[in-house]
Amino acid sequence: MTKTRDELKELQLARLKSLVKRVYERVPFYRKKLDAIGFTPEKLKSLADIKHLPFTTKQDLRDNYPFGLFAVGQEELVRIHASSGTTGKPTVVGYTKNDIDLWSDLMARSLQNAGVTARDVVHNAYGYGLFTGGLGFHYGAERLGATVVPISGGNSKRQLMLLEDFGATILTCTPSYALHLAEEMVELGISRERLKLRMGIFGAEPWSEELRAKIEEKLKIKAIDVYGLSEIMGPGVAMECQEQKGLHINEDHFLPEIIDPETGEVLPEGEQGELVITTLTKEGIPLLRYRTRDITTLNPEPCACGNNLIRMERVTGRSDDMLIIRGVNVFPSQIETVLLSLGYTEPHYMIVVDKKGALDQLEVWVELSEQFFSDEIKRLEQWEKKVAQELYTVLNINAKVRLVEPRTIPRSEGKAKRIWDKRDLK
Amino acid sequence: MIVQQLSVFLENKSGRLARVTEILGENNINIRALSIADTTDFGILRLIVNKPFEAYNLLKAEQFMVSLTDVIAVEVPDSPGGLAGVLRTLEPHHINIEYLYAFVEKSSDDALVVFRVEEVEKAIKILTENGIKVLKGSEVYSL
Repeated sequence: MTKTRDELKELQLARLKSLVKRVYERVPFYRKKLDAIGFTPEKLKSLADIKHLPFTTKQDLRDNYPFGLFAVGQEELVRIHASSGTTGKPTVVGYTKNDIDLWSDLMARSLQNAGVTARDVVHNAYGYGLFTGGLGFHYGAERLGATVVPISGGNSKRQLMLLEDFGATILTCTPSYALHLAEEMVELGISRERLKLRMGIFGAEPWSEELRAKIEEKLKIKAIDVYGLSEIMGPGVAMECQEQKGLHINEDHFLPEIIDPETGEVLPEGEQGELVITTLTKEGIPLLRYRTRDITTLNPEPCACGNNLIRMERVTGRSDDMLIIRGVNVFPSQIETVLLSLGYTEPHYMIVVDKKGALDQLEVWVELSEQFFSDEIKRLEQWEKKVAQELYTVLNINAKVRLVEPRTIPRSEGKAKRIWDKRDLK
Repeated sequence: MIVQQLSVFLENKSGRLARVTEILGENNINIRALSIADTTDFGILRLIVNKPFEAYNLLKAEQFMVSLTDVIAVEVPDSPGGLAGVLRTLEPHHINIEYLYAFVEKSSDDALVVFRVEEVEKAIKILTENGIKVLKGSEVYSL
């Protein structure tokens, strides 16, 4: 990026104006919404005016399933992706040829900014298919000129064999799968020296700084955080640089805002809240003020890497992953942070929420670390108590910690499922 | 004089204890003594077997959390006050007993009791000096 921040804002405004005009003319859903509040495209004078525009939510995409929010006809689309709908229909997005080009360019730019080069071998273990992770990384790494191994997810033994045989230098997958591969490596007696890995780019699920440290230590690589969502484009909306201090958002194409998830109010720069993104240049399915449900903070300070694209903090949780237990907001990432900082346990855990009478009960199931196994009950109960105490300090609610046998918590090959909310079933 | 005891972490769910004993049975490993200490959601199974190292490797391979713990096997007179007598010898030396349990089989007319103490060597020394028999590992495994 050679643009100054002022030049960038100018570009964003010009693109925003053209976007609002485009969706007003082409997407009945938006025309109806804008008409309802009496907003015509000419009324948009400054970037701050964006606060008058309506939000778009995942529910809007579902309500207009499958193609209702598309701004182009099917003949202009070259690809469809969809995100897994945990409830009901998936959310569907379409890409024009330009969209795919842009996506590849932005991914290549972010990968380069993170330190990936054309000489790298990228072992891409994100899932290929309707999920955007696999193909997003694939096209971006290829555009950069790197060698891509499109292994997709699953079959860890084979993954490790090919990681070694093809001399991969970059691993791309979810952080929980990276950890799983690290464990399998030990299990199968593969020494780290046989792998050429130097860096990993991990995302598609919230993870903590502590988990990063664990992955970096176990795999002896630099672990880079990536952010994206299919509704906006896929991976490559934002990615860290070598500094690992926040993810640079490709804001010349994705305009970020932070809002209060309760009131919808735009929050001042630097405050934590829900990330909202407007796709400035996307053609297939342009979105105004899409509510990502991801909780983060924006940091406009210049980065030591020299790139002046605004940075977002690591996503600490999703407002819809958030558990409300006895009225207290709990993010799985908070629990993960506690477990990893104490170190008695493996970083695999399951959060179980149940109701006992009228009261919510929080249980954290966790695998005891081999080195902390003691045949004295009181020692083990001490660990349980210590973890529970630490959880109480952070969450302010009492959690029951339950030690489980090694490798009994399901390992994920995609996005980790860490919450079992039994209250839903009652 | 140190005996190797297997300590296995078990969740309180059905079939886990059965699985451990199955693995041992299938591999011709005989259980000499056992005890279970439990809490509401997990337990620790403590076992004295005829081939402790082999059993350790087998359970490990089956993903059990298992460790070998140093314990001592002591002959205790099989008569009222027998155990009390043994414990009395340890008491003035501040040997702290973590847990103990009895063998089903006997080596002679005496009962056999497994002691888990913090200072194993010291306990062995005190017991033998007081004329109490502490069995060797090999004697226990081949009972």
